[in-house]
Amino acid sequence: MEVPILKQGGVLIATVQAALSDADLSQLRSGLVQQVVRWRSRGVIVDVTAMDVMDSFASRTLREIAHMIRLRGAETVIVGIQPEVAFAMVQLGLTLQGVATALDLEEGLTYLNQKFERMH
Amino acid sequence: MAQVEQTVKDMKDTGARNNQTMELTTRSNVASELLRELVAHLRQNRTQLREEWVTRISETRLLTAMTKDEIFAEATSVYDSYVEALETGTFEALQAYARNLSERIIPRGVETHEVVGIVLLLRDVLARSLFAKYQTDFKKLNRILDAYEPAANRIANTVAVGFVQERERVIRQQQEAIRELSTPVLQVRERLLILPIIGVIDPQRARQLTEQLLRGIRTNRAKVVVIDITGVAAMDATVANHLVQTVEASRLLGANVIVTGLSPEIAQTLVTIGIDLGKMNTVGDLQGGIEQAERLLGYKVATLAEPS
Repeated sequence: MEVPILKQGGVLIATVQAALSDADLSQLRSGLVQQVVRWRSRGVIVDVTAMDVMDSFASRTLREIAHMIRLRGAETVIVGIQPEVAFAMVQLGLTLQGVATALDLEEGLTYLNQKFERMH
Repeated sequence: MAQVEQTVKDMKDTGARNNQTMELTTRSNVASELLRELVAHLRQNRTQLREEWVTRISETRLLTAMTKDEIFAEATSVYDSYVEALETGTFEALQAYARNLSERIIPRGVETHEVVGIVLLLRDVLARSLFAKYQTDFKKLNRILDAYEPAANRIANTVAVGFVQERERVIRQQQEAIRELSTPVLQVRERLLILPIIGVIDPQRARQLTEQLLRGIRTNRAKVVVIDITGVAAMDATVANHLVQTVEASRLLGANVIVTGLSPEIAQTLVTIGIDLGKMNTVGDLQGGIEQAERLLGYKVATLAEPS
């Protein structure tokens, strides 16, 4: 299932709505990396509230997305990781090192806005 | 005379090889007869033997937690159930009594070695009285002891096991009680939680803590969590690892974790297991932790007036 990418002001929001296959994840990655420059976005939020499993491929892809988007000149926040998923990820050693995380979409937006204010 | 007895015994032994069942019945008949004689002897000399036992107990300084009268009262009941167990060969009554006794004396700080000690003392006192009674008839003494020793050992065993079982039951009960004292996740300011941990953390409790904390972060929409482990004296590598994982999982939920009050031992453990200190935000004490949390959240605490 493809992940829709919405533009909201200077921020791109990708909301995962169901379990994703590896192909979907790769598609999400290329989609975000292309659109972030196309729309001149300064921030990207990936909402994973609906994901109740996060395997190593998924978390590696999320990390790659965050790092690639930083190289493209924007910031990424992963939001909505479920408590059980978070602990399972940590036990597997998938800690999303160097990637910003927030509780939910609202928190993610607040985080990005604070970051933008600081840059000005 | 002795020679005749010997011959009879030899014959019996030969017979035994041919017919073991019969030998067993004869032997148990003989044994029960001897036991009856033994029980009669113990009943007859009850007062004197009991006195002697109590004296030996106080001489060896066992049961110091109890008064002399109490020891005497307990000794009487133990003596009677002891003789009864010898007589009937059933240990249920003794077992029940031992459990009941343990229930009463464990809260008073009576130790396992004391209970085992007094039962062994009684065994010795009774054995001595048997020596004295049958000192002229060595063969009979031997047979009496053959009957007495297994039963006495089994009694000692029963009492000791009963005591230890009772103790373990008390310990299990206490463990459950401690586990039920759940660790609270408290909100002290908007978006700031504190999690004070007190006592020993075993892997099970650690798991429970993590679960509660992660759920607390979600329901309270916390941004900063202060985990205070001043009340934790030490933790092993597994639990320390678990703590680090909890910190990382909280970060995945978007919350910052500050750990406060690490004891030198825990600091040592964390360094030994080689955790990445970049991931862990630690502050010396709870006050410092809360102050830093307030800074992170943008709070500023100011005194409005001089305290009166």
